[in-house]
Amino acid sequence: MATKSYDAGVKDYRSTYWEPDYAVKDTDLLACFKITPQAGVPREEAAAAVAAESSTGTWTTVWTDLLTDLAHYKGRAYRIEDVPGDDSCFYAFVAYPIDLFEEGSVVNVFTSLVGNVFGFKAIRALRLEDIRFPIAYVMTCGGPPNGIQVERDKLNKYGRPMLGCTIKPKLGLSAKNYGRAVYECLRGGLDFTKDDENVNSQPFMRWRDRFAFVMEAVKKAEAETGEKKGHYLNVTAPTPEEMYKRAEFAKSLGAPIIMHDYLTGGFCANTGLANWCRENGVLLHIHRAMHAVIDRNPHHGIHFRVLAKALRLSGGDHLHTGTVVGKLEGDRQATLGWIDLLRERRIAEDRSRGIFFDQDWGAMPGVFAVASGGIHVWHMPALVAIFGDDAVFQFGGGTLGHPWGNAAGAAANRIALEACVLARNEGRNVEREGKEILTQAAKSSPELKAAMETWKEIRFEFDTVDKLDAGKQAAA
Amino acid sequence: MANILDYQSRLSDAGSRKFETFSYLPKLSTAQVRAQVAYIAARGWTPAIEYTEPAHAAGAYWYMWKLPMFGETDVDRILAEAEACHKAHPNDHVRLIGYDSARQTQGTAMVIYRGTAA
Repeated sequence: MATKSYDAGVKDYRSTYWEPDYAVKDTDLLACFKITPQAGVPREEAAAAVAAESSTGTWTTVWTDLLTDLAHYKGRAYRIEDVPGDDSCFYAFVAYPIDLFEEGSVVNVFTSLVGNVFGFKAIRALRLEDIRFPIAYVMTCGGPPNGIQVERDKLNKYGRPMLGCTIKPKLGLSAKNYGRAVYECLRGGLDFTKDDENVNSQPFMRWRDRFAFVMEAVKKAEAETGEKKGHYLNVTAPTPEEMYKRAEFAKSLGAPIIMHDYLTGGFCANTGLANWCRENGVLLHIHRAMHAVIDRNPHHGIHFRVLAKALRLSGGDHLHTGTVVGKLEGDRQATLGWIDLLRERRIAEDRSRGIFFDQDWGAMPGVFAVASGGIHVWHMPALVAIFGDDAVFQFGGGTLGHPWGNAAGAAANRIALEACVLARNEGRNVEREGKEILTQAAKSSPELKAAMETWKEIRFEFDTVDKLDAGKQAAA
Repeated sequence: MANILDYQSRLSDAGSRKFETFSYLPKLSTAQVRAQVAYIAARGWTPAIEYTEPAHAAGAYWYMWKLPMFGETDVDRILAEAEACHKAHPNDHVRLIGYDSARQTQGTAMVIYRGTAA
């Protein structure tokens, strides 16, 4: 075209990648970055640089730019906002045309949006706060292999959260002793037990032996209680070939559910395994080891709500979300935001929960939120109030640490859960009346009474490191 | 060890079988069942009743008592159907379901009459 000419050298990014008048398209993938620029770099230039480096741009003009329709393919920074209560940084909103991304590939989206740009010298720190995935892109992804409704139907569990337990000590048990711990938990009333994420296939317990003993435990507990049970068999492995081999063996034993660590295992492996689970009718529990490395720093990295959305697209039926009340980090409003993003069909922008965009998931199934880490029976009322029914509460120490053993610990948790759900349905405020509800339930359950006496003093009341920006402004 | 209770549950005891939601609590009183029926009605869910012989409680399908009570919000009428089912099948488990048509699932399900163990 006559209007294009090649002018070698370095240009300001903002001349090409800053478009405050841009009208966002329904098919655009939108991102909100929190940018901490180097001193002296104007906001528009830093925002444009991020848009450029995460899409079509490189540091200098190249002649082959003129062989493409750059105006169509480029990402554009289209809005800048202050971060409440923090002058060191600002929010930049970037729109990317949908054809920058391979269909159904969370891998490809992340390689662009959180690739080289995060090491870019012109910015001191960069955090990806949120992504709006257009429905047109969502529909190219497989998503959860089963989803909340299908899992409930398969397991015949309705009208309440489910209960789990991570088997401890997390390393060193033999397969047979490990299966014993599983059996005791399940016969006592838990729905699930879980391999610790560190448990893959170590010398003290190879995966094949663990799978076989655990499934004997699951089947006996099912026959004994008449309820459906499962153990998350961790198939996270050094190679995809090995992962699929373990998944196939789990299926051959009749395992209803397997498990994967999606960040250490990677999105490629996770998406493949989710597809395998969909093909084979196996539920998929997802753990998130390494997430805090990526999401905990308020100025750099990727917010967990983005990692949660990415998992829903890549595929998983359960995802660990934090507990709000236990031993691990998690702000209540922010947690409510990302559990909505996992479970609901349409989620509206809500800055008070850290949600920057409307998100429409169309027909994509939802993911159970998993609350795990440092929780026990006294936390049950708050967990029921915060998470509602479509969640799994996992009490590790809070089951296995019961003075009478795992079955009693499991029964205590199950009774506490059912008492809280019953009270909630009666219209009672379970958080405020938690003590009375549990105390009343313990009158008919010596197991619950003993659990309440064991744990009543434990509290985890450290301040949250990564507070929501919107909350900081309210507090200021 | 003296103060540790042995956990009572065994394959050979039909009384060890559980029935999912609320089955670890003592049998619900009439007033408690009424409150759960009111909860189902208030959520806009469709109440339904199912029953089965205790020996055949496994599996997805129990016998359906008549049809789900579409549009029924009167707690007394819903309870009357549950009671009629129990009277007709006094040795069976009877469960109350709330169908949530918006989410295409059961919003809740609970056994409100526990049948006599076979």
